[in-house]
Amino acid sequence: MEPALLQADQLPTWTALAPVLALAVTGLLLLVIDSIDPNDTRPTLLAGVGTVGALAALGLAGWFLSAGTGQPSTNGAITLYGDALIVDGMTLFFQALFASVTALVVVASYDYLRGRAYQAEFYALMLFAATGMALMAAANSLAVAFVALELASLPSYALVAFLKRDTGSVEAGLKYFLIGALSSAVFAFGISLVYAATGSLLLPDVYEALAGDLTGLTGVAGVGILMVAGGFAFKTASVPFHFWAPEAYEGAPAPVSGFLSSASKAAGFAVAFRVFVTGFPLEAGVDWVLLFQVLAVVTMTLGNFAAATQEEVKRMLAYSSIGHAGYALIGLAAFTGAAGGDVLGASMAHLLVYGFMNTGAFLFVALAEHWGVGRTFDDYAGLASKAPVASVAMSVFMFSLAGLPPFGGFFSKYFLFMGAVDAGFWWLAAVGAVNSALSLFYYSRVVKALWLDDAVSEFELGSTPTALYAAVVFAALATVLLLPGFGPVIETAQSAAAAIVP
Amino acid sequence: MIIEALIGVTFLAALVVMLAPDEYAGKLAFALSLLPVAGSLWMWAGFDAGGNALMAGSIAYQTQLDWLTVAGYDLQWFVGVDGISLPLVVLSTVLSSLAIVSAWTPIDTRQSQFYGLMLFMEANLLGVFTALDFFLWFVFWEAVLVPMYFLIGVWGGPRRKYAAIKFFVYTNIASLVMFIGFMALVFNLPVSSFGLPEITQALQAGKLSGFVGLDPATLKLAAFTAMFAGFAVKVPIVPFHTWLPDAHVEAPTPVSVMLAGVLLKMGTYALLRFNFTMLPDVATRPLVATVIAAVAVVSVIYGAMLALAQQDLKRIVAYSSVSSMGYVILGLIAYTGLGIGGATFQMVAHGLISGLMFMAVGVIYNVTHTRMVGDMSGMADRMPVTVGILVAGAFGYMGLPLMAGFAAEYFIFQGAFASTVIPSAPLFTAASMFGIVIVAGYLLFAMQRTLFGEFSLETDYEVRRAHFHDVAPLAVLLLCTIALGVAPNIFFEMITDAIEPVVAVVGGGA
Repeated sequence: MEPALLQADQLPTWTALAPVLALAVTGLLLLVIDSIDPNDTRPTLLAGVGTVGALAALGLAGWFLSAGTGQPSTNGAITLYGDALIVDGMTLFFQALFASVTALVVVASYDYLRGRAYQAEFYALMLFAATGMALMAAANSLAVAFVALELASLPSYALVAFLKRDTGSVEAGLKYFLIGALSSAVFAFGISLVYAATGSLLLPDVYEALAGDLTGLTGVAGVGILMVAGGFAFKTASVPFHFWAPEAYEGAPAPVSGFLSSASKAAGFAVAFRVFVTGFPLEAGVDWVLLFQVLAVVTMTLGNFAAATQEEVKRMLAYSSIGHAGYALIGLAAFTGAAGGDVLGASMAHLLVYGFMNTGAFLFVALAEHWGVGRTFDDYAGLASKAPVASVAMSVFMFSLAGLPPFGGFFSKYFLFMGAVDAGFWWLAAVGAVNSALSLFYYSRVVKALWLDDAVSEFELGSTPTALYAAVVFAALATVLLLPGFGPVIETAQSAAAAIVP
Repeated sequence: MIIEALIGVTFLAALVVMLAPDEYAGKLAFALSLLPVAGSLWMWAGFDAGGNALMAGSIAYQTQLDWLTVAGYDLQWFVGVDGISLPLVVLSTVLSSLAIVSAWTPIDTRQSQFYGLMLFMEANLLGVFTALDFFLWFVFWEAVLVPMYFLIGVWGGPRRKYAAIKFFVYTNIASLVMFIGFMALVFNLPVSSFGLPEITQALQAGKLSGFVGLDPATLKLAAFTAMFAGFAVKVPIVPFHTWLPDAHVEAPTPVSVMLAGVLLKMGTYALLRFNFTMLPDVATRPLVATVIAAVAVVSVIYGAMLALAQQDLKRIVAYSSVSSMGYVILGLIAYTGLGIGGATFQMVAHGLISGLMFMAVGVIYNVTHTRMVGDMSGMADRMPVTVGILVAGAFGYMGLPLMAGFAAEYFIFQGAFASTVIPSAPLFTAASMFGIVIVAGYLLFAMQRTLFGEFSLETDYEVRRAHFHDVAPLAVLLLCTIALGVAPNIFFEMITDAIEPVVAVVGGGA
């Protein structure tokens, strides 16, 4: 491969990985700081370094996106290390998403972690997980996809179990780890079957081999693809590998729940989009679109109905995030080959908006946990009179998650459903729309508790955690501003998606 | 740019009031709400549109900017007014200001949030009546729900949470049904944007293609039904009306005023703009027209009968709104100049009169703390001015000549009688006229029991006259009602101008 130069700024090709490197280096830097000063006496420094690192990654990804790095406007996708890694519009789009969520969560954790031990480890683990996610978005080979997925997952297990004196947290970590290990095994086995059938791990080669004559190996490839899909179902918390999610999100520290349910889920989608679209041709006799249609419908319906019956806010959000995985799956479920870029892009845009509104919602829960407010809807009663600004933000998240028009979530859902209709799958859009309408029921319960119900008991909120507040308010602003500013987002996402469709 | 300024200033005012201290919030909100009033009056003074905005008429104060593109469709910031929307814009600003004043006495907690939400709602209402791009319109349309939900849910009566949720869920599901119906149309039209004029003109030029096995005519019928059902909840039309009494009874007075005065008009306005302007060929099918006319008459009579059975003054006024909205539907389906014109005029007239009634009942409630007909009598003795205006308003409701209600209902009856679209139109018209008799019945009965006779009310305090700022908005509304009744042409001329093309499509005559 000819080492293509970056048109916009004439940098060497390896710099296209700068967002990944920024995250990795920041994680290492945090470990260095910890080894010099192991007593966590400077939480501000740790959180500050983490935030700067995440923002740097965001800035780099955003700069590359606007400069056209790896996109059709310059020389097209940049591949590195024997084609094992690829940097294109989709890679950068997702990296920007992960970096934003990481920055929000790191800022919020500053208050959440106050007074706890092992803070440096916490931030370092989070940045390593983010590095893994950023690498997942750049994976162009099944082997890299597997390694990146493990790099993202292993720190996550530790993060979920971070509150090690809290049995819920530890239990959640163990469950997450066991199911994660199982699904990794399934994923790895699937990869080996695909390799057996095609003789390659590089996605473009796999694509060619599958599109050609497999001489009796179609069955092997089919089982392999099915098992690979299972691996992604785990990472995106989709049916049938979803049941770790409510436990893990509920038991984990709330900022970690937000991180996992937004960034980690999006990372699963990033790699699933690339692997299926660029690796497994639809014509090869393996109709994975049908598989994802079934998964999408089951996932969104199950997530929504389960969410409606919850009594605890965090658990409701966990199930709602399963429901949203179902919406995002429409990107693959309504994929129709050459014209599939639009719905794929809509799915990416939805994940971006979702990244802000869902992280924000979990950060509000973190705020409530910080104040020692209980976990159920009833415990949230009357919170608005004590914390109006945060409650406005939470209402914005809830309405936006439900897809009400004045917020970003409306457009992203609308584009997604419209993409499905355009592709001819209007029934998929109909199921999505009905689910979305139902979801208003349980989202509005939170708003009702905050604003309409009277507090059951008198409680004092104590301190005002500035950083946590700032993160929540920023996420709310982003959710609102993504309505008028949705144009550039959807255009970037759709052109990035169109570029990877072979 | 004036429309942008109008909406922007109102949003800003909402923000400012939201952050103001509770003590000054009410006064500040009123002062700031005069800005949009002045703006809308200025728009009226310089109004120069002609014809219907959706049917190639000239649009006043038009702005058209690209927002974003979805799969080949342009979404635009596209606003402007014509003779149908301008009166409703003026109604919204004026009624909002008066409703804010009427909130000074009853609202005594979290004032800055209350007035902020009122202004926020006003801004979105202005957006609903001026937007000419479907998406923009839909964003405003749905955004109205959010402040309304909080206004009922936080400041309402004992069952406020139930009422707020019911309102929210009902109207939101209705919006979804309507949205799907409209989208089914747009997807099968060769249009490049969501601009309402472009869609209307493409539909009327017969450019609709079929969809998943439905031929264009069936698709139109399906879309018409979905949209009608969606808007029917908002209006509301029997049998979709059950959220209304709950919402009204629980809502505080100023919120009831906005709900009855402006929010219900969103439904009839949308029916006129979407169903009756875009799909006249469906509406004029004999079966469809008969069903709609029948539903309208049932709304008129059944709503009035329900009102007759109530003991709560606010419930009486609430159910009578159902009845009045029935007249609007009858006027619309008549497809004559006077019918549709009268219906549009009735939107404004009913906005003023029902606002007046709700406010007057609210003023009485402020001093008596009861709204039950049986709990009080002889209120005229203690609150002569309020009661005087209430009686005048009630006569306006009954259709006393020289009041706006009379003009509106007269136009509607005249128009419906001459309708060629409704089969056996005179029959339907005559049936609906009985509504007036019932209205007179329950209003006179309720007034006689509560307002006149010997004063009696069980209280442990002295019943005093209402504050000046409670009565002043009533007087303003009464003056507006009389002005519109004496000189309907203030609005009727521009309305007629704007609805003429709609009527001309079906050849409905004057």
